[in-house]
Amino acid sequence: MATQAETQTTRRDFLYVATGAVAAVGVGAVAWPLINQLNPDASTLALATIRFNLDGIEVGQSVTILWRGLPVFVRHRTEEEIETARETPLSELKDPQTDAARVKEGHAEWLVMIANCTHLGCIPVGESGEYDGWFCPCHGSVYDTSGRIRRGPAPTNLVVPPYEFLTDSMIEIG
Amino acid sequence: MDFPTPKNLNYFWTFGAILVMCLGIQIITGIVLAMHYTPNIAMAFDSVEHIRRDVNGGRIIQAVHAVGASMFFAALYIHIFRGLYFGSYKAPREILWILGVIIFILTMATAFMGYILPWGQMSFWGATVITNIFSAVPIVGESLQVLLRGGFAVGNPTLNRFFSLHYLLPFIIAAVVALHIWALHVPGNNNPIGVEVKSKRDTVPFHPYYTMKDMFAMVVFLIPFAWFVFFAPDILGHPDNYIQANSQVTPEHIVPEWYLLPFYTILRAIDFNVLFIDSKLGGVIAMAGSMLLLVVLPWLDRSPVRSGNFRPLFRWFYWLFVINFIGLTYLGAQPAEGIYTLLAKICVAYYFIYFLVILPLLSRIETPKPLPTSISESVLKKAHA
Repeated sequence: MATQAETQTTRRDFLYVATGAVAAVGVGAVAWPLINQLNPDASTLALATIRFNLDGIEVGQSVTILWRGLPVFVRHRTEEEIETARETPLSELKDPQTDAARVKEGHAEWLVMIANCTHLGCIPVGESGEYDGWFCPCHGSVYDTSGRIRRGPAPTNLVVPPYEFLTDSMIEIG
Repeated sequence: MDFPTPKNLNYFWTFGAILVMCLGIQIITGIVLAMHYTPNIAMAFDSVEHIRRDVNGGRIIQAVHAVGASMFFAALYIHIFRGLYFGSYKAPREILWILGVIIFILTMATAFMGYILPWGQMSFWGATVITNIFSAVPIVGESLQVLLRGGFAVGNPTLNRFFSLHYLLPFIIAAVVALHIWALHVPGNNNPIGVEVKSKRDTVPFHPYYTMKDMFAMVVFLIPFAWFVFFAPDILGHPDNYIQANSQVTPEHIVPEWYLLPFYTILRAIDFNVLFIDSKLGGVIAMAGSMLLLVVLPWLDRSPVRSGNFRPLFRWFYWLFVINFIGLTYLGAQPAEGIYTLLAKICVAYYFIYFLVILPLLSRIETPKPLPTSISESVLKKAHA
């Protein structure tokens, strides 16, 4: 039994909603900095780009460097490893990606990947596992010579960070 | 203290008081430890060693805090399993039970963050694995993970905020405990026969009867506690945590503290994709689900009989659930390979089947044994028998 006065929007309703909206924006404006302070600070972000010299890494050798606090594998692959990686049919892969998509053109011997298993972040052990790539000891994920996931709980291939070759022996990650 | 309490409570009912004591011990020793601890990745590990070696009495205070966490969970699990057996979660005690589940989850979070503070290898890699769980959340996962860590990897900002929260959460737990006790005082205690109090003859005053009984139980509980503190303060920890954190080397097996193992097993057991949910998100959903199931338990078990003593079929499944839970704990400490992965899947399946299939089904098909008419009757019968 609504009367007309009840169904009509009044000036009071408008003031009510407007006050509420201003209050919500105010709370949000105060809350956001308090949440945002949890995000990476300037000193952490300042480490976002590094250069690394590849000279001195022999064929078949792997080094682990730090980028943004994350370990990164830089592997000088052997011809055999590259061949195996290229010959693997995509249908066998859990997260299909060609070997060429994981390296830079003309630099197929260099594999650069973030060294954290894509499952829960442990560091896989190199040159081990059934595919002679990486094996994660934590929960048993197996990666091939291209760092692609082959078996185990990890959902995706090891992540290739953004990087480029400045010269043939110098890369810039980030 | 004028709180009429059922006169037939057994010693399993003393664990509430024991848990209040545990929380008190953790807060007091924790405040003292914070006076000597340094939450910085360069100094945290050394500052804990400094407490253990140099600070007056620090060896004991640190051991009480570390052992105290384990004893806290031992009492917590007994308290929860007592509730599961005697049907303490059933109406009219749903709120009491749900507040308890909240305390349980908050306590796990607090213990996990506390374990990060010594900045050993297990601290670091435990933090890495657990914060990685959040990256499984669809769409916002990666940003959420970076937000939690305060960086792209676990580092100094992570340690600092975990220290801050580890100091804060116990006081929030204490507040929820106050609500938990308040919620207890509205319907009053459940009891081993699960029959509500009917007259004054069924009860005794809380003081002195239960204050003294609780205190006696506390003393008994403190005996193994003291044994660990004085003779084996490190036996419940992992030796790898006495190696300083190293972001470039993962320990052979990452094992959480024993009290988190059952849930760790549930997390790891899902190593296959389910439809569009990948294995990683699946594990996270299963682990979160295993805790959230406890919240809805009062509505899953519809049997009007509370106590397992009068439920012949329930008892079998209950004890199987207890054994299964111990199995989950054991499997969490084993490497995820070979037969262990299969066993883990079986145990996880039973955990969920127990709550989602067996309990609802039992409340329909089971014929309970006849209940005593009152607490007094059951107590007196026992005396004559």
